[in-house]
Amino acid sequence: MSLSAHLPVLQVVLPLVSAPIAVLFRHGGFAAGIVTGGAWAAFATAIGLWLHVAEFGTISYHMGNWAPPWGIEYRVDRLTSFVLLLVSGTAAVVLPWSRASIDREIPEELHYLYYAMFGLCLAGLLGITVTGDAFNIFVFLEISSLATYVLIAMGRNRRALAAAYRYLIMGSIGATFIVIGIGFLYLMTGTLNLADMAVRLRAVENSRPVLVALAFLTVGISLKLALFPLHQWLPNAYTYAPSAVTAFLAATATKVSVYVLIRFYYSVFGESLVFEQLPLPQFMLALSLLAMFAASFIAIFQDNLKRLFAYSSVGQIGYITLGLSFGSLTGLTGSIVHLLNHGVAKAAIFLLIGGLVLGMTKPGTVTAEPSFDRLAGLSKRMPYTSFGIVIAGLSLIGVPGTAGFISKWHLILAALEQDQFWLVAAIVVSSLLAVAYVWRFVEVAYFTPPPEDSTSVQEAPLSLLVPAWLLVTATIWFGFDTTFSVGSASDAAQQLLKAAQ
Amino acid sequence: MAHFMYIATVFLMVAGLYIVMARGNLIKKLIGLSILQTSVYLLYIAPGKLLGGTAPILAPQYTVYSNPLPHVLILTAIVVGVATLALGLAITVRIREAYGTIEEDEIIAIEIELLKKADKLS
Amino acid sequence: MQSDLVLRVIGKILIPFILLFAVYVQFHGDFGPGGGFQAGVIFATGIIFYALIFGLHKARTVIPDNVVEAMLAGGVLLYAGFGIAGFLLGGNYLDYFVLSKDPIHGQHRGIFWVELGVAITVCGVMLKIYYMFASRGNSEEQH
Repeated sequence: MSLSAHLPVLQVVLPLVSAPIAVLFRHGGFAAGIVTGGAWAAFATAIGLWLHVAEFGTISYHMGNWAPPWGIEYRVDRLTSFVLLLVSGTAAVVLPWSRASIDREIPEELHYLYYAMFGLCLAGLLGITVTGDAFNIFVFLEISSLATYVLIAMGRNRRALAAAYRYLIMGSIGATFIVIGIGFLYLMTGTLNLADMAVRLRAVENSRPVLVALAFLTVGISLKLALFPLHQWLPNAYTYAPSAVTAFLAATATKVSVYVLIRFYYSVFGESLVFEQLPLPQFMLALSLLAMFAASFIAIFQDNLKRLFAYSSVGQIGYITLGLSFGSLTGLTGSIVHLLNHGVAKAAIFLLIGGLVLGMTKPGTVTAEPSFDRLAGLSKRMPYTSFGIVIAGLSLIGVPGTAGFISKWHLILAALEQDQFWLVAAIVVSSLLAVAYVWRFVEVAYFTPPPEDSTSVQEAPLSLLVPAWLLVTATIWFGFDTTFSVGSASDAAQQLLKAAQ
Repeated sequence: MAHFMYIATVFLMVAGLYIVMARGNLIKKLIGLSILQTSVYLLYIAPGKLLGGTAPILAPQYTVYSNPLPHVLILTAIVVGVATLALGLAITVRIREAYGTIEEDEIIAIEIELLKKADKLS
Repeated sequence: MQSDLVLRVIGKILIPFILLFAVYVQFHGDFGPGGGFQAGVIFATGIIFYALIFGLHKARTVIPDNVVEAMLAGGVLLYAGFGIAGFLLGGNYLDYFVLSKDPIHGQHRGIFWVELGVAITVCGVMLKIYYMFASRGNSEEQH
């Protein structure tokens, strides 16, 4: 068998192996090289998988040559390959970026551990996506989560510890709920393979344990994806984590959780149970609207730029779940596209903020917080960073010509399909809230005179600007050329709906 | 008594969740989290046991076997639980070093105090 | 606890047997209850017992920190390495059937090495956790 047949497992194993190698040699520079290499290899693998799935259809890989449903199956369909590209692509951009940034933010002797944890987190996220086994999802979820808690606790500010602790408690409750849900499904079906489970569930569809399982899974995954009332862990975790970690998590962690939700709804429970027999769509619609309005509204009043965009993330998750709540092809497409579009824009913003923090911090001092009173007149000192944040901010608003417009356009189309005109109005009005918080940055950075003592503030180095601008360019690119983003998303949505019927 | 094990499971689940939410001490929260996770072990393990069943090693004199898969799954879940607990305790130790306390309300009070001082300075 | 004669004598007698029992649990895992996870924990218990009686610094000279870290990385690599060996020999990942000409023997061989990897990692992790917590905060007590 050629190497290409093993792509699904290489996807996880390459970053997974890079982590212990990094620990073994205990050297920061070497660890950076090996883990970055692992992430790039994972990205190349993801591209290979995407091409293969687009041409030949779903891949099923049998771990240890034990045929499913007895053995563990790795299953790659259109949606999987799309999410794999997003996760590994973000890691491939963030890791080279983080080299210069963590030199300042993390003590030298911990660098190899930072890279090892990053490798584990990446492997976990890719594993959640690629596996076709319910319990495997839980295991990979915990691998990535535990690595994430460590990464957040590495932040310089002591509040990072409190944030990491809080995320640990809430994340563990979420994961426990997920494993309870999987347990009920296993008790009812006697299988852990997702595809096999879906077939066997048909016979017991309306029994109470299955509904309990659905409830536990929905709540557990919603905790992980920070659906509005369950988002409390997110703002502090994003604010106090090291910049590179924030960028990576914002683009991938919650998105992978959305993927798990979609996977369970469409590939396991089936469309009819979730969207037709239960009031789940209405419930989700209400929570999504709350997220879109409340979280964006809270974002406007934040003093810390990182925190502002953290709340904006909660709001943007609302758009993704809004697309899910339609239960239609267009809505699902909008959701999946927004996974990519929001992920890329948010990663770009947090990378640029990381550069901004670095530029404001004098060498040898504790990292500065990007609070608004320090950002006055920033555009003069850091023109490329400021402009990049504005462009990516436009994508969050959904201005035509940026990626955000495309996803919101699909959400509006989905609302129109169901003749819900008030929802169109809600989407537009909530975008105005995004205008408000992005404008706060524009106002301070462009229209406020810089303070006298700001001469020490310098533009971020090129090694930070290039990866960040790569992502900024991508948000514009996906705003004009949608053959990849919308094309694969609608293919993925079609495949999901077809399988769910 | 047929549902005794479900009652025990649900009791542990709810008790654990209550401790996590109601207690402000960071160590007690972790204890609650562990109890919550333990309830899951019971949920998986108990239905796997058949009365009169033996370990699933083929032998001519036995015909009834217990299901071994839940045990394997829960061994993994126990490892995950141990890792979570260890990490949680490690973070608690560092919080104690940074703040001098492990009571949640005292930590919040310290942070608010700092914010007020910063406001007065500016 | 270093001055307690009873503990020191009992400890010296017991620790070799604890370590031996760990090895038994490891290698008998094929036929009876046992396996890498339990064996790793029991082995680590022996070392931690030693550290409790004779002091952390002595345990750290027996198994230094960098060895512990190498253990927890090395075990995972051993496990993953055997997975990769599976597909280099023409099977799937973690395919033990191809490790030997006789598939059943191949399964034996694969599980043996993978369990060894598990034992090494678990032992390393347990020791690392103990070292980290025990060395925190009371540096003057470690002679």
